[in-house]
Amino acid sequence: MVKHMLNQSVPLDRMFHALADPARRGMVERLSRGPASVSELARPLGMSLPAVVQHLHVLQASGLVRSEKIGRVRTCRLDPKALRTAESWISARRSQWERRLDRLGEYLARHPEAPTQRSRT
Amino acid sequence: MIERSVTHATFSIERVYDAAPARVFAAWATPEGKASWFVGPVGWTQIERVFDFRVGGEERVKGSGESGRISDFRSHYFDIVPDGRIVYAYEMHIDDVRISVSLATVEFQAVGDGTRLVVTEQGAFLDGYDDAGSREHGTRWLLDNLDAALRYGA
Repeated sequence: MVKHMLNQSVPLDRMFHALADPARRGMVERLSRGPASVSELARPLGMSLPAVVQHLHVLQASGLVRSEKIGRVRTCRLDPKALRTAESWISARRSQWERRLDRLGEYLARHPEAPTQRSRT
Repeated sequence: MIERSVTHATFSIERVYDAAPARVFAAWATPEGKASWFVGPVGWTQIERVFDFRVGGEERVKGSGESGRISDFRSHYFDIVPDGRIVYAYEMHIDDVRISVSLATVEFQAVGDGTRLVVTEQGAFLDGYDDAGSREHGTRWLLDNLDAALRYGA
């Protein structure tokens, strides 16, 4: 693997967007157990095929999922490269920050008096 | 054999808190304040914590996650402007593997009676952090983390 740089915001935004939807997260979870056809993806979600195909487009644009059509069946799989890239754990780092800063907000709300409200002008 | 790689990434996160900059700053600058929110995910237990908040001072937060993996945050403070700015550099280790080296800049800006906090991280993320190479693990980990972030409308 070569050393590379990437523009972080675009792929991250796509990945965040792709996973913002519970149905798409369900699809990714299903695919983490192995490849599946579009109808196999649709079944547990109780969704129409066109709706699943729409979600699939978003997942493919994010790079998380690839699909190929063999005969009449489109088989979807997770792209292990996308999951292994630094992006996925950079976004994890980012979300760790998000959680911590939320916790900081809760801490500040719980301690309205404290600490060191220094007297400054 | 480890495939060596470096990915450089920069991101910023902004929050507005209903608290004056001095209070928000104190939550970063005092051991009680920092320990109340700067922790690992649910199921995380602290192994070691060092907090020496001054220019040149060291901070260390080592803990064990639910999976039993050891995370180790080792940091040094480079710039401190009371109620205004903190700059520190840190390295993250997972199970003794250095996974990233970053510069973090925290800015505190007064907005009305509150504070706008901007955290910017500029990092060198090392070797793709392909932990155990397990796709399923990687997926679950990604989803868990993103899920938490997305709930707050990231």
